[in-house]
Amino acid sequence: MNSTYSAVFVALVLVAALLIGGYGLRISRTTSDFYVASRTVSPWWNASAIGGEYLSAASFLGVAGLIFAYGPDMLWYPIGYTVGYLVLLALVAAPLRRSGAYTVPDFAEARLESRRVRRMASVLSVGIGWLYLVPQLQGAGLTLTTVTGAPGWLGGLLVAAVVAVNVMAGGMRSITFVQAVQYWLKLTALAVPVIFLVLAWRDAGAPALDGSLPAVFPNDTSVTVQSTVDVDVPSRVSVFVHGNVDGHDRTGSQVLLAPGSHRVTAGTVLDFPSGSAVPQVKGIPADTNAEWAKPLGGEGHGDPFYVTYSLIIATFLGTMGLPHVVVRFYTNPNGRQTRRTTVVVLALLGVFYLLPPAYAALGRIYTPELLLTGQTDAVVLVLPSRLVGGTLGELLGALVAGGAFAAFLSTSSGLTLSVAGVLSQDVLSLRGLRGFRVATFLAAAVPFGAALLVSGMSLADVVGLAFAVAASSFCPLLLLGIWWRRLTPFGAMAGMAAGGGLALVAGLVTLLVPPGSGIVYDLLSRPAAWTVPLGFAVMIVGSLLTPRTVPASVNRTMVRLHAPEALGLAEEETP
Amino acid sequence: MNGERPRRVVVTSPRTRAARRSRSYPIVREIDEQSEVGALYMRSLMRTQFRLGVLVVLLVCGPLAALPLLFSLVPLTKTVMVLGLPLPWLVLGLAVYPVVVAAACYYVWRVERTEREFADLVEQS
Repeated sequence: MNSTYSAVFVALVLVAALLIGGYGLRISRTTSDFYVASRTVSPWWNASAIGGEYLSAASFLGVAGLIFAYGPDMLWYPIGYTVGYLVLLALVAAPLRRSGAYTVPDFAEARLESRRVRRMASVLSVGIGWLYLVPQLQGAGLTLTTVTGAPGWLGGLLVAAVVAVNVMAGGMRSITFVQAVQYWLKLTALAVPVIFLVLAWRDAGAPALDGSLPAVFPNDTSVTVQSTVDVDVPSRVSVFVHGNVDGHDRTGSQVLLAPGSHRVTAGTVLDFPSGSAVPQVKGIPADTNAEWAKPLGGEGHGDPFYVTYSLIIATFLGTMGLPHVVVRFYTNPNGRQTRRTTVVVLALLGVFYLLPPAYAALGRIYTPELLLTGQTDAVVLVLPSRLVGGTLGELLGALVAGGAFAAFLSTSSGLTLSVAGVLSQDVLSLRGLRGFRVATFLAAAVPFGAALLVSGMSLADVVGLAFAVAASSFCPLLLLGIWWRRLTPFGAMAGMAAGGGLALVAGLVTLLVPPGSGIVYDLLSRPAAWTVPLGFAVMIVGSLLTPRTVPASVNRTMVRLHAPEALGLAEEETP
Repeated sequence: MNGERPRRVVVTSPRTRAARRSRSYPIVREIDEQSEVGALYMRSLMRTQFRLGVLVVLLVCGPLAALPLLFSLVPLTKTVMVLGLPLPWLVLGLAVYPVVVAAACYYVWRVERTEREFADLVEQS
């Protein structure tokens, strides 16, 4: 792969983000401009910006990588990311906008009139934001390593730095422009190569996967293993080795690998003959292609039925609790406009998510070596130059790499902005723009450090955990806060602690221990199916136990949340 | 004849007063002032909106959530080819998205109608 084009394109995306941010800087002058662009963002721009912000590394790289490895069960991720917005639209969007809340902590305080609930929501909000930022920075590292061979930390550092500078300098206005442009860049970067890929595939006689075989190398293939892996060899295969296999230096020799487990050390190059079955890294089930193409095959561990439903619950209900999603609604002028913007967002997301499955299926045919190296998230990056030869292939590869960086930049910008807002206001109590800038630095630096510590986790797994925590804490808070008058501060805090706290602990435990099996591991690694009902139950029971602490202003608040704009009741508070 | 006229004035006078009172205390103001009447109107609006929201969510999420059940109960659906694609890939990868967007459009159309009707009702009274 020629790294020059890719490096140039990635650099272009980074510079463009800074330039567009600088253009926004000239417009934003006052504090209110800085935070919410004074609500002058048009619905079309705003919908593009929401789409651009929402489509993260997990969507751009992770979804295709997961489907490529585990099959159609993973299609539930993009469905959940989309349907989550529908749930948000139908039950939360307009009332949340009318509440005038800028973040979930704002909403909690406005609705429950309690500083303590606010503080708790702030801590959770920062936690979810950081959890979501880590995989973005990891993805940036993976992308830069895959396309240019740069060290793993460089990509993350570049993204964290550009985002921090942009947020510090321009605030929301520049972010809105950057994000809106980035949606269209991301769509182009995924859609244009797919056209060429399908054409090349048809040119080659539209080869289909042989259902009775596992993934096989279509040609003689040389595989470089970048980090040490344990692989399962399905059938006896003779490979030419440069490097270290099973602890012995076998450079320059032909090795007969017996079926079973083998360890391949980092830096080793293996030459496989055409047609041999791909040894797969431990954790990815070595299924035949027919098994792979079926749903409910699972992720290699766990009961596929439970895992699927837990994923559905986490993503359908977690979207509304993501910090960068809620902030975006504030840039709509009113509740009615918020709804219309959300419908456009749904359409934009739907169009985008049609593309990753195509990459996954083509990857199964043309880039099966990623199943050996375990870098399945790189399938989108590797396919264009593999399948479309020559300069065109390299240019397409560069376009995809640029699009991937757009994905990291936009999602990280939105998250950093909202985490910095909460940090400066509630956690550190730093006032003014200087405080906001200090908070921005922290908001970007902490997840960068965490990304260095925990490398090698699947992008979508960590994102899935962020969704589970949001679904178990903020989803009950928002739904009950908007539709149920008897919610009390005590109930809200107990519910958030029980649901969100347990989901966070369960998720962190499974991220730190090696994958296990059995029902206990399933319950811990995919906690949403039990922590979401728990969060709701504790919040309701806790509120019913403390009926005297229902805020006195609840009726007035409900009028503000639900009265249509046409009545002209809601007094606009401009910050 | 002379005795009837004053009686007519007495009968019509409360009506005109009532009419005038309702103009100076429209429902909008009742709602704004948190009176019992206003609260009643708001509760009915909230109930309508909530039912509509839940209906749309259930219409989309219900059938979606039934899919894994269908795949496991009728194994044929895991592999059957429809329009050149395996059914799960077609449904989960393509068909879902137009349905979701259509449901969103339906929701916005209905909810805006509800709000318009509510505003009309409140302004008439």
